[in-house]
Amino acid sequence: MKICVCLKQVPKKDSILRIAQDQKWIDERDISYEMSEADAYALEEALRQKEAHGGEVIVISMGPERTRQSIKEALAKGADRAIHLDDPIFEQATDAAGIGRAIAAALKDEGCDLIMTGLQSDDHGFGQVGLIIAERLGMSSATIVMEVQIETGSVRVKRELESGWFQWVRVPTPAVLTIQSGINQLRYATLKGIMSAKKKELREVKAADLNLTADDLKPLQSIERAYVPEKSKQTEFIEGKPAEIAARLVEKLRFDARVF
Amino acid sequence: MTSYAEGKRVLQGGSFLLEDHVPEDVFTPEDLTDEHKMIGQTAHEFTEKEILPLDAEIEAKDYKLTRELLRKAGELGLLSIDIPEKYGGAGLDLLASLVSAENMSGQASFSGSLGAHTTIGTLPIVYFGNEEQKKKYLPRLATAELVGAYALTESGSGSDALAAKTKAVLSEDGKHYILTGQKMWITNAGFADVFIVFAKVDGDKFTAFIVERTFPGVSVAPEEHKMGLHGSSTCAVNLEEARIPVENVLGEIGKGHQIAFNILNIGRLKLGVSSIAGVKRLNTIAVEYARQRNQFGVPISSFGLIKHKLAQMAILGYVSECMMYRTVGMIETAMATIDRDDPRQALKAIESYAIECSIMKVFGSEILAYTTDEAVQVFGGNGYSKDYPVERAYRDARIARIYEGTNEINRLIISGQILRRSSKGELGLFQAAKNLMGEMLSPSMPEDLSDGVFAQERQALANCKKIAIAALGSAAQKYRDKVQDQQEVLAAASNILISIYGMESAILRTEKLVASRGEAACRNQIDATRVFANDAVQHIEAEAKTALAAMSEGDELRMMLATLRRFTKFIPVNTVALRRQIADSLVEAGRYNL
Repeated sequence: MKICVCLKQVPKKDSILRIAQDQKWIDERDISYEMSEADAYALEEALRQKEAHGGEVIVISMGPERTRQSIKEALAKGADRAIHLDDPIFEQATDAAGIGRAIAAALKDEGCDLIMTGLQSDDHGFGQVGLIIAERLGMSSATIVMEVQIETGSVRVKRELESGWFQWVRVPTPAVLTIQSGINQLRYATLKGIMSAKKKELREVKAADLNLTADDLKPLQSIERAYVPEKSKQTEFIEGKPAEIAARLVEKLRFDARVF
Repeated sequence: MTSYAEGKRVLQGGSFLLEDHVPEDVFTPEDLTDEHKMIGQTAHEFTEKEILPLDAEIEAKDYKLTRELLRKAGELGLLSIDIPEKYGGAGLDLLASLVSAENMSGQASFSGSLGAHTTIGTLPIVYFGNEEQKKKYLPRLATAELVGAYALTESGSGSDALAAKTKAVLSEDGKHYILTGQKMWITNAGFADVFIVFAKVDGDKFTAFIVERTFPGVSVAPEEHKMGLHGSSTCAVNLEEARIPVENVLGEIGKGHQIAFNILNIGRLKLGVSSIAGVKRLNTIAVEYARQRNQFGVPISSFGLIKHKLAQMAILGYVSECMMYRTVGMIETAMATIDRDDPRQALKAIESYAIECSIMKVFGSEILAYTTDEAVQVFGGNGYSKDYPVERAYRDARIARIYEGTNEINRLIISGQILRRSSKGELGLFQAAKNLMGEMLSPSMPEDLSDGVFAQERQALANCKKIAIAALGSAAQKYRDKVQDQQEVLAAASNILISIYGMESAILRTEKLVASRGEAACRNQIDATRVFANDAVQHIEAEAKTALAAMSEGDELRMMLATLRRFTKFIPVNTVALRRQIADSLVEAGRYNL
């Protein structure tokens, strides 16, 4: 079983985000980065499947030099080797189509049985890269995956639907699965793993290696303006008998505030 | 691990006083390798997810749980960073060990248990054990199958450790040493399996022994009722004709002091690093509280006096971090020139930085005291309540100024070591003092400021070094071999040295940062360095006056004070505005952010 995990490095959760001067994205200076949360769960799932069924886990990530920190973390946790798409040309790929195209090109000859990605990244949150990779490589796909059972020639997965509903589907392999956060318990990188990661293969891939040019990766989507959500305060008093108030409050919390 | 030290020049311990170090010489947190960062991350995540959620249980002295947590940390390799690979460890550098200690200090009691186990409980065997002892104990200490402890102190001998009364006598058959005595304040004693015990063979040869809890005659007294660190075990260990096999003598008979004192250097460094981590954490807690606590209709973080406290905690956290990483970087560079597999060489390398280790212990524990105290103040009445975290932090922090050598003992070490090494010719203090005399007698010429972000601070630093050289040189001349009796003067000199080390470390790291990121991206760090340097000059002047007035009088004192005035010329910076800026940035970030 050859499993490839797509990782994205994103600003750390506790970062103080400021809008960049051009108002197109955040100001990336002074920000620390980490592996996107759902991708960390995808990696964990891949490692568990490898431990159960044998095989190899490859991680792939696209991004500048700093991305290596997250790639090394994946190697320290147990991935066998890594591919780093590191080239200024890849910076063109700011939308899901470009990212998906570049990653699919890099994985074309790998012959992966499974490709796992996080459901969506913590920064852009497109939720599309996995599906675009599947389309480009002619693989089947399943999204919002909660559980993975590997079978011969197929994989049975539990998908999360809305309102607490789930669906079990059988997907023929090779397949792309987009993994939901929280489906397993993340492991720590052990010191042994951290030190042995240095000896693992980390292959750097340039756009030219994939016969891709800046034009090929030109975004089809762009961000017009980034801004901080505007807050507004509104107070509503619910009148009536306590039981009525409670019922109305529950309704408001469920359907308006959507807190449960 | 890629060694930071390659190609760096080795800087002698204590040389910061007499030489000018440059930014390229200093190691900073920004220089950590990816591996160090990942070790830090593992330690941090482990603490956040496994230890902090069990805080209440740990504080209730659930030692079974503490052992279990130590075992889990061992599985990840966090207990064996300093243990050579050959004996089941990771055999990594001191930086890795400190990065891990920093990130595992979130629960103070557990951090105490962990430190006692990995540092003073394990390192004596790493550095002084023979092959059999290492094979027997280290792999099991690495996994916490065995928990270690260190038993040096007795009721009558704390700081004066060599006055220990515990006796060791060889049995008639020559197979055992019979130990009799009582050791006090032993961290981990309640559940430890292996104790490094110090006793005097035949009543005079101070020697270390590896003592197992199960050896006949070994017993552990009930838990002490302590002011803080309630979740760490502290008991007396009784040795009633305890039978210790002769093969458990650690190191050489009569050379126990080498073990006792050298291991403490590393202990001091680790205490320093966990204190600094505590300062940064408490700064965040105070910032969070000040942001949401309203008085007079506004958050208290908008008041100048609260801003002062929040900023000062952060400034001290930043400066101490500069000092710590610089110190460890110097030790690592020295270690790169020796055979790391020879523990004695390694220890000797560490020993030569005893001055810096003591500085880190004193400074770290005292800024932690300041921070816990002011955190309580920021919390106001709530800070005095057990329902808020700062009340406990205040009590937990108090011991840091006492153990691993009291701050008084460490202050005597700092200036005492400079004087001792100078009289041995290892440091050029006396020549520098002589040169300075010539300068003092010549007329004062206006000095040109150098260029750069810290022009005034750099000039002040050079002058403060002269003050320290003059004070120490005068003390050596006046008191000669009786200088150790002048504790107050030595302490004043040490305070000057600590301030100088802090000022220089902050200047060097910040200059290095500015060179790589540009001034605009280092606003807080530049401001923090300026405020610290400004205050340091004032403290140094006050300490120097105390020392000079104690050492001289009349015309001599007047001449010295005139020179002091010349060396402390400094246009005060607007620390009020700078602290406010730093505080505003902390409040915006909601945490320590330097």
